[in-house]
Amino acid sequence: MATEHSRTAARLMVSPAVILLFLWMIVPLAMTVYFSFLRYNLLMPGMESFTGFDNYYYFLSNSAFMDALVNTLLLVGGVLVITIFGGVALALLLDQPFKGQGIVRIMVIAPFFVMPTVSALVWKNMFMNPVNGMFAHIAKTFGFQPFDFLAHAPLASIILIVAWSWLPFSTLILLTALQSLDQEQMEAAEMDGASWMNRFIYLTVPHLTRSITVVILIQTIFLLSVFAEILVTTNGGPGTASTNIPYLVYAQSLLNYDVGGGSAGGIIAVILANIVAVFLMRMIGKNLET
Amino acid sequence: MGQITLSSVTKSFGDVTVIPPLDLRIEDGEFVVFVGPSGCGKSTLLRLIAGLEDTSSGKIAIDGTEATDLPPAKRGLAMVFQSYALYPHMSVRKNIAFPLKMAGLSPEIQAQKVEAAAKVLNLTSYLDRRPGQLSGGQRQRVAIGRAIVREPAAFLFDEPLSNLDASLRVSMRQEISELHQTLKTTMIYVTHDQVEAMTMADKIVVLQAGRIEQVGSPMELYRHPANLFVAGFIGSPKMNFITGAEAAQQGCTTLGVRPEHIDVVEGGPWQGTVGLAEHLGSDTFLKVNVAGVGDLTVRVSGERMLRHGDPVSLAPQPGKLYRFGADGKALA
Ligand SMILES: Nc1ncnc2c1ncn2[C@@H]1O[C@H](COP(=O)(O)OP(=O)(O)OP(=O)(O)O)[C@@H](O)[C@H]1O
Ligand SMILES: [Mg+2]
Repeated sequence: MATEHSRTAARLMVSPAVILLFLWMIVPLAMTVYFSFLRYNLLMPGMESFTGFDNYYYFLSNSAFMDALVNTLLLVGGVLVITIFGGVALALLLDQPFKGQGIVRIMVIAPFFVMPTVSALVWKNMFMNPVNGMFAHIAKTFGFQPFDFLAHAPLASIILIVAWSWLPFSTLILLTALQSLDQEQMEAAEMDGASWMNRFIYLTVPHLTRSITVVILIQTIFLLSVFAEILVTTNGGPGTASTNIPYLVYAQSLLNYDVGGGSAGGIIAVILANIVAVFLMRMIGKNLET
Repeated sequence: MGQITLSSVTKSFGDVTVIPPLDLRIEDGEFVVFVGPSGCGKSTLLRLIAGLEDTSSGKIAIDGTEATDLPPAKRGLAMVFQSYALYPHMSVRKNIAFPLKMAGLSPEIQAQKVEAAAKVLNLTSYLDRRPGQLSGGQRQRVAIGRAIVREPAAFLFDEPLSNLDASLRVSMRQEISELHQTLKTTMIYVTHDQVEAMTMADKIVVLQAGRIEQVGSPMELYRHPANLFVAGFIGSPKMNFITGAEAAQQGCTTLGVRPEHIDVVEGGPWQGTVGLAEHLGSDTFLKVNVAGVGDLTVRVSGERMLRHGDPVSLAPQPGKLYRFGADGKALA
């Protein structure tokens, strides 16, 4: 696309798609911004009035907001830690030659295809239930008191459930990265006297950083908006122990019928997500440069 | 020290035997070249010596001590790979220092040795670059640098020049030979290029299908090839092989004569016509069709302007004929 002419043509050609995408994004955003400045409660239809920044003030000064913010960050961070470390470990295992490799690799991807609601319900009822759950049975077999995961460690339980469904994603990406590691480099390092651990630290990890960066960026985007798992397991409780920002927005607008407050929460979530994104790009984005 | 002995070493992958029982002795300070066609097991043999592959049976001894079951790092050998196998995310300096760091040497000694190696290999101005920012020849030198800092008992090279262009290959070939003169360390060098083998080796090991066909100095192999395979492999262009009545006359199954040992003379025993003439400037290679003998390649001086269709008369130089029996072995 060297010439001025072809560049103009190219701009013209892509403009319909760009305009459509832009509208797709800007219309809902603009409406949310608009609602966030209204006193708009579904219980009192037709009473909408402009309130300025009141919705924002109430959302931010709500004590649940700080809890939700911390929970959101804990949820994202916890799942990232588990999926990165677990993903590297699993990828290293799956990279070893063994019988039935193909089948095992497919099975490892399976959790990714289970819908969040389904997987959360399976975990809640079949594993974590203090009466009928698998974990309760195991605890009882060894003579321990069953632990009520969702009541006593709600956020940790949700982190576990979400990490379980994201582990295949990171495993798969890291496995393909591992497979592209040049075997001769490994052999050269072996001849240079590097132990297994040193080869891992000095060759494998630097080789994986780029993929780990990609995994962190993609997962963060999705993990900031975890919702279904919370809705079907703890409903954000007990109290606000497992409420994250998307769940708080939901509670505000649909449980309290407060569209204005919910919209303000949504805009705040967008701003927070952007802050996290900028922060992330600063921190690890340079790994993506060649 | 760097004396390596292989005794009845074999290697199989599954039920495919790549190296049948093989014995070989490499003396300290020797430059040994393994040469052979693609897939004959040169790399496998080198990797067995390096310890990157386990032997299926047999023994490997380095400097008289049993090394068959030693891991690669404990054998005191350094290897230069065909793909160079540099660590892409480390600077040249760190690449060269890596084996020293793994050996737990202090940073000062590491820096000192890296500087020394860089000076020998003309890498001083590239030390802070990444391998990706170097040319092929420079990468090759870094790989060699990483090998020499370890002061190994022997260097192993697996086709180190095959990724370089022709002129760079010639100069790197000379650099490696000079390195061998200065370091006087045992070097084992794998190639399928007989020119590299001839020019660099103290001792050539010709391999075919994992078997050693002949071991000897370059000129020994050139003058006294043990069999048809070696005769055809060493020397460029290839030796002419003549079968049939002409060979039977000499009392052999195959008669060999090198292109450089045939003269174009008046009244020679072989009459033919020039099929193709390749003028290289210094030499001219003629493909001559001789009735009753077949096509012969002949080297003449570059000034001889012979062309397609010209009649020529050829005579082999006396005493330069090679006679091979029905089993392919050279006859005395
Ligand atoms: N890991 C392996 N598994 C099975 N067969 C192998 C393996 N490695 C090598 N081989 C076989 O062993 C034979 C020798 O291979 P090797 O790499 O030693 O050849 P080479 O002489 O180095 O050839 P080239 O000049 O092409 O590098 C080949 O026929 C190859 O197919
Ligand atoms: Mg090879």
